[in-house]
Amino acid sequence: MFPRPIEKAGPGARIGYQLLLPFVLIIWLLPLLAIFATSIRSGADINAGNVFGWPGEFAMIENYVAVFTRSQASMYFINSILITVPSVAISVSLACLAGYALAIYRFRVALPLFFLFVAGNFVPFQILMVPVRDMSVRVGLYDTIAGQFLFHAAFQTGFCTLFMRNFIKALPFDLIESARIEGVKEWRIFWFVVLPLVRPALAALAVLIFTFVWNDFFWANVLTQGESAKPITAGVRALNGQFVNNWHLVSAASLIAAIPPVIMFFLMQRHFIAGLTLGAVK
Amino acid sequence: MLQKSTLAVALAAATCLGGGANAADLVINFDDLNPGPKQGFDDAVALFQKENPDINVIVNNNDREAHKTAIRNFLTADAPDVTSWYPGNRMAPFVDAGLFEPVTDLWEEEGFGEHLAAIKPTMTRDGEIWGVPYSYYQWGIYYRKDIFDLLELEEPQTWDELLSACGKMKENGVTPFTIGTKFLWPAAGVFDYINLRTNGYETHMALTAGEVKYTDEPIRETFANFETLINECGFVENHASMSWQDAIAPFSNGDAAMYVMGNFAVDAFLNSGLDVSQLDFFPFPTIDPDVPAAEEAPTDAFFIPANAKNKEDARKFLAFVARPDVQTQWNKTMGQLPINSQADVSDDKFIQEGFAMLNKAQGLAQFFDRDAPAEMAKAGMEGFQRFMTDTSTLEEVLQRLDEVQAQVY
Amino acid sequence: MDVKATEHSWLLRNKLKIAPWVFLIPALAFFAVYVIEPIFESIWLSFYEWNGLYRADGTSTAVWVGVDNYIKLWDDPKFWTSLKNNLLWLLLFMLAVPIGLMIALFLNQTVSGMRIYKSLFFFPFVISQVVVGLIFGWFYNPDFGVVGSVWKALFCEETINIVGNVSFRCSSPPPDILSSPEFATYGIIAAGLWPQIAYCMILYLTGLNNVAADQIEAGRLDGAKGWRMLWFVVLPQLRPATFIAVVVTVIGALRSFDMIAIMTQGGPFGSTNVLAYYMYETAISEYGERYGYGSAIATVLFLIMLIYISYFLWRMYQDEKGGR
Repeated sequence: MFPRPIEKAGPGARIGYQLLLPFVLIIWLLPLLAIFATSIRSGADINAGNVFGWPGEFAMIENYVAVFTRSQASMYFINSILITVPSVAISVSLACLAGYALAIYRFRVALPLFFLFVAGNFVPFQILMVPVRDMSVRVGLYDTIAGQFLFHAAFQTGFCTLFMRNFIKALPFDLIESARIEGVKEWRIFWFVVLPLVRPALAALAVLIFTFVWNDFFWANVLTQGESAKPITAGVRALNGQFVNNWHLVSAASLIAAIPPVIMFFLMQRHFIAGLTLGAVK
Repeated sequence: MLQKSTLAVALAAATCLGGGANAADLVINFDDLNPGPKQGFDDAVALFQKENPDINVIVNNNDREAHKTAIRNFLTADAPDVTSWYPGNRMAPFVDAGLFEPVTDLWEEEGFGEHLAAIKPTMTRDGEIWGVPYSYYQWGIYYRKDIFDLLELEEPQTWDELLSACGKMKENGVTPFTIGTKFLWPAAGVFDYINLRTNGYETHMALTAGEVKYTDEPIRETFANFETLINECGFVENHASMSWQDAIAPFSNGDAAMYVMGNFAVDAFLNSGLDVSQLDFFPFPTIDPDVPAAEEAPTDAFFIPANAKNKEDARKFLAFVARPDVQTQWNKTMGQLPINSQADVSDDKFIQEGFAMLNKAQGLAQFFDRDAPAEMAKAGMEGFQRFMTDTSTLEEVLQRLDEVQAQVY
Repeated sequence: MDVKATEHSWLLRNKLKIAPWVFLIPALAFFAVYVIEPIFESIWLSFYEWNGLYRADGTSTAVWVGVDNYIKLWDDPKFWTSLKNNLLWLLLFMLAVPIGLMIALFLNQTVSGMRIYKSLFFFPFVISQVVVGLIFGWFYNPDFGVVGSVWKALFCEETINIVGNVSFRCSSPPPDILSSPEFATYGIIAAGLWPQIAYCMILYLTGLNNVAADQIEAGRLDGAKGWRMLWFVVLPQLRPATFIAVVVTVIGALRSFDMIAIMTQGGPFGSTNVLAYYMYETAISEYGERYGYGSAIATVLFLIMLIYISYFLWRMYQDEKGGR
């Protein structure tokens, strides 16, 4: 293990380290703590310039309730869910199929096709922006929930396929080979042999894509105009315009927007990190 | 949020019993969901429906930003019979693409030329008139009357009076002007007024039409006056990091005394804790007495798309919208000014002062970002902001604006 | 009967050729419509001048202008400002890699509660960039934010203004980071580094978990310690983690859009623009609607990214050849 485990350096060092940890953590998370502290202050505190001092009064519940009652935050929030969940479901399922095809079958264009998915995943959004928007407008998907999740699903399919293909490729090929020899149909091999084995990958992908799509801001701007189809990220920005000088409400709204990915992360931490660090170890 | 309401469908059905096939649909797309403007529009539509029972009015009301995007699509794909939009350069792309129907003949038939005269130039492009306006609002200087009273200041009429008033404010620790230029456009209000007062309406319109260069002598003079205003009056610090709403804070706290703004800001002033008695308005002072006063008055209007199905009734609606009684009621409800010079205004003091000011105006500018093409507007406003933060960049700013101008027009 | 039988056997014989396509087609179709085709369409559009409008009869108003848009780009100072800022982002964003490694080394211990600490350190990455942008925007705000408050406490005295309200008079005005053409970009990059460092940290933590213990011990026996150990024994083993960290950081830097949109909208006077934001502003903001010119900017950004994509693919190709 590197660096040398602290226990071996004697009790003094260990206690010093354990005291240092929370201190460093607080500095690291200072912006977040500051915004949380702001979100539980009253408007009077903010106007009086009391940003650091002990709050004059605690207004946590009022502030968080106000975000929902004084704005359309609840609609934005539901929109985000309606956009994110189908995106995850579609992209992960499509990628399972495609990843299986690219990993298991040997055909000439398998590698180029795989590279196509990988490359597409790294493309800057701006090169897609005008055509995707123009097309969405023309087919009536502009400013709709479906318009957003269809795009996200398609785009994330690139990353998901990269992920699934590598995962499936690492499975023992003999399993599939022997199933084939027994005459099992191809789709049954996929369904009954491969799919159960890739469950951990599915979980990892699902949380990752959930976070990516939930946090999207660019496409929310490009593919929506009004309020009705806006997700929470774009909504928080709109609230920022609406709650001018009401930093306690903007802070509360920001934290509300951050909650679902944070919950996802803590619930599925192992999968999340496994997904994110794929390729970081050999 | 699209709101569809088939107003008075029942009424139409009742009066057209047996002749239902004659009831023509008239689809109107509108762009304001704010309570006042929405009410004014709905009332007007109800009245129109009552006067024309044979027309079945269908309304799509959308919010303003959404409308700006949607119109680009619906003019081609799914055109209504009437749509709200803005004159000046904002209508130019649609006129050029052949998406609007000229209504010059309607203006002639109904004699609008006389009562809507001030607005005619900005509704005109390529020799045709393209729409009928129903409302506008004034720009000018809103100020803290209580501070002026404390300092025994009068409303400045001339440039010198303004500068000396500023001197007195600064001596007493008051910043003369507040402004928030983070989103750029408030800076254009100041520029427009200085240019209108320095060079007059024709030169200003020639500038936004790309016929005068930014490095030309008249415009240099405008910037020289701008510099005087920055040095001898001055704006709040950090204006580049504030939105127009943020900039209300120093105004309502009494740290700054004046604000070059549009009349829509009055509500926000009042919401910030100021009382009506603490607020007042004066027109931007005269700089050159030989230059007749022209004002900023962004205008809202109605247009007929080229793809409209029921153009006949659409014309009826446009004629209706121009009527003095209609404009009086409508603008009273929405808190703005009627354009028809025979209409009456509400007794709100800001509206009264605005009406008096605009009726005397030699010409009406639409605001820099509506008069100039979008690309030029953006570059211009960035230039104004840059100049305001550092006046020594003047030469660079002017050169850059000339370059953009050469490309855009 | 016969036909069916031969068809059936043809299917059987070729089933390993047909099956992959059946599995691939849904993903491929989706991807082609939303990703592949738009890339070519954008490049094509970059040779047109178009405001996105269609005429009354539905035909596009686009006009072919050849390489005009690219010539204009060459003469456009805002393009060069954006490109320069992109380079600045790339360069400074790379700091996320060593800083992430340092934090990972600091946290790579097994004292109790370590798991919680690690996840809390990772926290900033999970939060939307919009929120990070808002947090830092407020942090930097000279009037209402943290920087402003600290400054007021240090350099300003409270006075009562003419109408009797509390006001501040400062010996020098508080720094206005996001409105200063010199510092605004650095301010935004600093905000962007926060989640990116967290990302690199987690990559290294995972990497460190897999460092071969026997090699470390062997190194220790050879007397390697501290920096030498890190440089000669540990880092070589962390190469896959470093590679991924660099790749995601480059992409993160070139994709920087959200923070700029939230914190400065490219201002003051365009000084914090990057290609990604400039393209958006040109093509679909209120002052834009220049689809052709925007597409030309996007094409340039795409070509820059293509260098990295090619490098990445080449690496993958080498691995594939070695792998099987």
